[in-house]
Parts: sequence; C-alpha cells; structure tokens
Amino acid sequence: MHSTRQIYTFVIGMTVIVALILAGLSTVLKPIHLTNEAVFNKKAILSAVLPGAKDLTDEQVEEQFKTVEQMVLDYKGAIKTKDEVKKLRNFKDKEGKAEDLDLSKEKKRNEKDRLYPLYKFVTDKNETLFITAVRGSGLWDEIWGYIAIKDDFNTIYGTSFDHKAETPGLGAEIKDNPTFPNSFKGKQLYNKDGEFVSVLVKKGGADKTDKNAVDGISGATVTCDGVTDMLKKGLQYYMPYFDTLKK
Amino acid sequence: MAETAIQEKEPLFSSKERKLLTDPLSTNNPVTVQVLGICSALAVTTLFYKALVMSVAVVFVCAFANLITSLIRAHIPKQVRMIVQLVIIATLVTIVELVLKALNYPIYKELSVFIGLIITNCIIMGRLEAFALSNKPWRSFLDGIGNGLGYGFILLVVAFFREIFGKGTLFAGSPAELKLIGKSIPSENIEYMINTAATSGWESWFSWYANNNLMVLPASAMFVIGIVIWVQRSWNKDLVDIS
Repeated sequence: MHSTRQIYTFVIGMTVIVALILAGLSTVLKPIHLTNEAVFNKKAILSAVLPGAKDLTDEQVEEQFKTVEQMVLDYKGAIKTKDEVKKLRNFKDKEGKAEDLDLSKEKKRNEKDRLYPLYKFVTDKNETLFITAVRGSGLWDEIWGYIAIKDDFNTIYGTSFDHKAETPGLGAEIKDNPTFPNSFKGKQLYNKDGEFVSVLVKKGGADKTDKNAVDGISGATVTCDGVTDMLKKGLQYYMPYFDTLKK
Repeated sequence: MAETAIQEKEPLFSSKERKLLTDPLSTNNPVTVQVLGICSALAVTTLFYKALVMSVAVVFVCAFANLITSLIRAHIPKQVRMIVQLVIIATLVTIVELVLKALNYPIYKELSVFIGLIITNCIIMGRLEAFALSNKPWRSFLDGIGNGLGYGFILLVVAFFREIFGKGTLFAGSPAELKLIGKSIPSENIEYMINTAATSGWESWFSWYANNNLMVLPASAMFVIGIVIWVQRSWNKDLVDIS
C-alpha cells in the first residue's frame, strides 16, 4: 500500500515529466506547424482558381502564390496599407499582408471593424481574378470559403470551401465533393435588375437557368443555408471596392 | 536473480509470445469479438488512407502505453492507477498529434478530433488495466502491438470496402491514389481506370454504375463490421456467443 505522501510525489513527478516532454516537443515542432498551416491556407486560396491545386507540392504552392497580389480592405472598400494593418491588429512578427489576417478572429469582430483580405490572381490566359474570403457558420462549427470573381465583378470563376466540423458525407460534402464548389462556376452575384443578391444554395435543387442559385446537398440543409448566408453577408463588403474599380 | 534465469530459458518469441500477437488478430479481436473501439471504427473508415494512418497511430499508442505502464507497474499507486494510465495514453496521443501535424498536415486536418479521441479508445485502456498492470514489459509490448494490429486490421478491411464502393477510389488523399471506377472529367484531369462516362468500348458496359452513397455514411461501417463478424463466426464456431 502506498502512503498519501507517496501518491502525491508520484502524481506530481509524473505531471512534471509529462509536461516537460510535451512542452519541449511542441516548441520544437511549432515552426513546422506554422509553415504547414500557411501552405495549407494558400492551397485553399489557390484551389478557387486552379483546379489542380490540391496536387501541388508545398514548393509549387509557395512559387505560385508569389504571383498573387494581396490587398486588405475595410468594410467601405478602402485599401489598408501593411503598416495600417500591422497597427490595427498589433502584429509583431507578421508583415500585415492579407495572408497574415486570422479570419476566425476577424469574424468575431463587429462587421465595421473587420478587415477583409483580397487576392488578385492572373491566369495563364491573362484573365484577372479577384479571390475573396468569406466565413460563416455551418451546422456544428465554422465554415469558410474562397470565392474567385471575374473582372466583370459579377461572375464567379471558381470556389473552394472548407469546414471545421461538418458531418462527413453530409455537410462535409461542401469540401469533399468537387461537384459542389464546381456548381458555382459561372453563377452571378447580381440579378437581372442589377441588384446584389449573391448566390443561393437551394434545397431540392435549383433551376438550371437561374444564374443566382445552385443545387443544395440533400441531408445538409443547415450547412447549405450557412453557405448562402456566408456568401451574402461576406461578399457584400467587397462590393464597394469593386464599384470603385468598375468606373 | 530468479527472474533472469527464467528469461534466459524462454526465447524472445516463444509460442506464448506469438499467441499474444496473433490472438487479437483472430480469436480475440478487439473489434469483432470484444466489440470495443466501434466509435472510431465507424468514423475514420471512409477512406483507406485515413484508416491506415489511424491504425498506425493506435498501434503506436497501444504498444507504448502498455510498455510504459508495465515498466512502472510496481510504482503506480493503486488508488490513482486509472488516472496514471490515462495520463500515459494522453501523453502518447498528444505526441502522435504533434508529430502528425508536422509530417502530414492535410491528413491531420482530416482526422482532426479522432486522433485526440484515441485517448478514450477503450481497447487501449482495457489492455492497460487487464494486461500491462500484471505482466512483464516485453509481453505487454507485444500484447499492445497485437491489439493495435487487431483493431487496425478490421479498420482497413472496413475502409477498403467503404472507399471502393462509396467513392470508387483507393488510397485517396495520399500521393498513391488509385482512381478505380467513376466518371472521368478530362477537362479537370480526373481519369478513372473504368470510365463510366465512356460511350464506346468495354467501359461503356459499366455506364449503369454509380457510387453507393450509403457507404460514405457511418451506418454502412456498422453493416460492414456486422458482415465481418458474421463471416468470422461462421468460420470459427467457437466464437459464437462468446461476447
């Protein structure tokens, strides 16, 4: 039988050893984790404009991303410089580029205080594309996506979606099933009357001629409604900036 | 001294030790016979590669948790032994998580909470409590590997059928992805070995084929595991009504 003192010594000793091992390992691997995460995000951004982005190696992703022009906007569509972003977000070792923004923290802010990242990408066919970032809520947790818009500032070129904890086979299909992000191609953000309506993810299937709606995923109504909501709320803050470019 | 004398007599892999490795693969399988660890078996078996990574993680955690517990078994105070076991498992799982996050970030994202949930996998806790606390380190280590493999084997069998019939691929998510059957989309460089969209040639015989969406849902894993249990028990009648 162990005495109470022995138990305490054992437990405290064990905790200290375990804590040291894990803290050490975590510190050593932290830089690798951060690079991995950054490459993963860049891949997601590129997926909206390059169909084969998933199969690119890490180096290719970095190389490709160098051609992407980055901007940070506020809700009125004014461009924020790197120094302004740095000051607003208290960045110490980050440059204040669009990729440095933590979008899940931005989402928690008041809409008027948020900063909106925007990426400008030129394809090999010399088309200029604007990649916007949107973030919303699915059924269980956050969902987010990158929407590439053509330079008529109306037609969607491509999208990529991801999620934190949607149900595999149902809500998670927004990412896993390529048909869903592909169905947004060619859809339009404005309706015939020139009104901003964004794209509706329609339960039960959308009319093929409808330029402002795509088919929903059966069994994932809440996630699909989340996507609709996310697109409408997220994209409207990019419109003021696009309006200035139209002129 | 007596202990070393016995060890010298016994080879490293006597028939007893071999049984520790092979039993959990068949007659004492943790999933199909003891019916443990079902939760994660349903969740991570949609893709073969995912199941493979999960299996390797469980073998590692199970083997080393058994080994460490067995090494310090004389010093673990009885009153807190469960908590000590839990801390050992949790530490190993966190190590797996950190290493996986550094080695392969996409698959880490894919498995997300299920790596963390290895902590609550009752197979591991059960082996520590039932075996490692009362056996020598080497035997415990083998027992851990055996049970990890027994779990992993079933996981791979289930994932094999679910991925082929649910998605028409094998090893999706890894660089060695095989696209077996489905509609090829040339404009996006998606090409399947059996192209169901083909209009001529032998491939057009498969134009009726569509992926079975049920196989992607967790419920199908239940059916597949059920079938595996059924096959195993009609093979080995001794197992009937054991659990």
